[in-house]
Amino acid sequence: MSVGVSVRPFDVARVRADFPILAQKIYGRDLVFLDSAASAQKPRAVIAAMTEAMERQYANVHRGIYWLSERATEAYENARDAAARLLKAYDRSEIVFTRNSTEAINLVAHSYGRGVLRPGQAVVISEMEHHANIVPWQMLRDAHGIDLRVAPITDSGEIDLVSLARLLEDGRVGLVALTHMSNVLGTCTPARRLAALAHAHGAKLLLDGSQAIVHRIVDVQEIDCDFYVFTGHKLYGPTGIGVLWARHELLEQMPPFLGGGDMISSVSFARSEWAAVPHKFEAGTPPIVEAIGLATAIAYVEALGYEAIAAHETTLVDHALSRLSSIPGLRIFGHAQDRGGVVSFALEGAHSHDIATLLDRQGIAVRAGHHCAEPLMQRLGVESTARASFGLYTTKDEIDALAEGIDRVREFFA
Amino acid sequence: MFEDLRDLYQEVILDHGRRPRHGSRLAAFDATARGDNPLCGDRIALWLKYAEGGAIERVGFEAKGCAISIASADLMAETVAGISDEEARQLAAALQALAKTGDAPIVPEPLAERLERLLPLAGVHEFPSRVKCATLPWHALLAALTGRENATSE
Repeated sequence: MSVGVSVRPFDVARVRADFPILAQKIYGRDLVFLDSAASAQKPRAVIAAMTEAMERQYANVHRGIYWLSERATEAYENARDAAARLLKAYDRSEIVFTRNSTEAINLVAHSYGRGVLRPGQAVVISEMEHHANIVPWQMLRDAHGIDLRVAPITDSGEIDLVSLARLLEDGRVGLVALTHMSNVLGTCTPARRLAALAHAHGAKLLLDGSQAIVHRIVDVQEIDCDFYVFTGHKLYGPTGIGVLWARHELLEQMPPFLGGGDMISSVSFARSEWAAVPHKFEAGTPPIVEAIGLATAIAYVEALGYEAIAAHETTLVDHALSRLSSIPGLRIFGHAQDRGGVVSFALEGAHSHDIATLLDRQGIAVRAGHHCAEPLMQRLGVESTARASFGLYTTKDEIDALAEGIDRVREFFA
Repeated sequence: MFEDLRDLYQEVILDHGRRPRHGSRLAAFDATARGDNPLCGDRIALWLKYAEGGAIERVGFEAKGCAISIASADLMAETVAGISDEEARQLAAALQALAKTGDAPIVPEPLAERLERLLPLAGVHEFPSRVKCATLPWHALLAALTGRENATSE
């Protein structure tokens, strides 16, 4: 008997109908939204679930002895199950809700960095990290005597594995913290190899999955990483909720990040006892409605299926690379073998801000600037780039509109 | 298609953005400052030289940025040559008001003609995300006048 992988047909028109904002006109033109890597639009299901939560089952969680609070607690904890299922966590208690990826990384830098790593140990990051995966480690370096090492990238925009291995050689590295997909170059990093490499040298691996989780199946058990972070708002969920996944035993070892209500088991003026993992890391009233929105977003993406999403996005990226690379004077940054739906570019004779303003007037939203990755800009030898990024709802026609829009920008500045 | 953008990208702006007349470092200078817009990555370094009587003689700059910021820097260098520090401060304040509101404030007579040459920058007021592009060089100028080395348009 043969078992075929069934890929559900991906109906982009139907998907687009789920996103109310896309029906809007901008300056009288159809909105072409190509900035999903900064923050994605929200499907009606997410908006409805959050509204419903506030209209029908809202109360604080984990403390009320009444029907509404029990319903809210159940919905909030169901969101933890959804995140655990999405990442294939070993256990639901390994999911810690944060505000976003940035807070999740700060939590690890603070609790694991100060609580478990010892002065003199090192943390390794790469040249293509987002500021969110640079600055917390610099703060740890300065406060706790940790050495911060930077793994170079190759000219094609991939992590230089030989150099990375060399940085690990002395056995002093306690943690390797790398992006799972670059928000500028689109590069997907070889997660399993990175985990094996880190572990071979006695280091843990943290992956910043802010971009990757949007485009591909993530299985933390298969990758064999130790920490994984992502944010809800890039995954078609609301702002204000992010996820830290970490192996249970690591969370047990780590001291709390923030102190307050909900993270204790008992408090006296002499001392407090911490609540069990993961509640130890969730001080104060959590983002309840946002967690419910995130759970709905996860269910939405799962229902479409990651295989179908990935196939759709591969088509888009191939189309974009071929259309854009034929534009004279246009330079694309990043040529990794394995890449997701992000294309950064520069145009001769036009600065990225001017490109973005001119595209905006054609209804096309792209990001321009350094993309919170200044060290990467220096590596690429530019101050800024323009970036088009794709989501579930992006169409080939929109990429054609982008290419035609860039042609008009060229004419304007010619 | 870009009719409504002609207010922002007037010919003067495109021309100075493409071919700045003062876009180079001064070999001899009396003051210098750098300006940074950390949000977008625009940067400028400028050098300022005084004439014998104390008026600004020349300004030169090196900048990485968009057409608006380069044009603004170049028009700045053009319009502050020959005036005093105090007048340059008044002109900078006027430019900032112009960029934010689109309206030229009243300035003392000797500056009126200079401010008129800056009017093409008024178009940015309709583009809130671009106002800082136009004002960054002027922040750097103010820093140079007060002897500071760094300015930010944040």
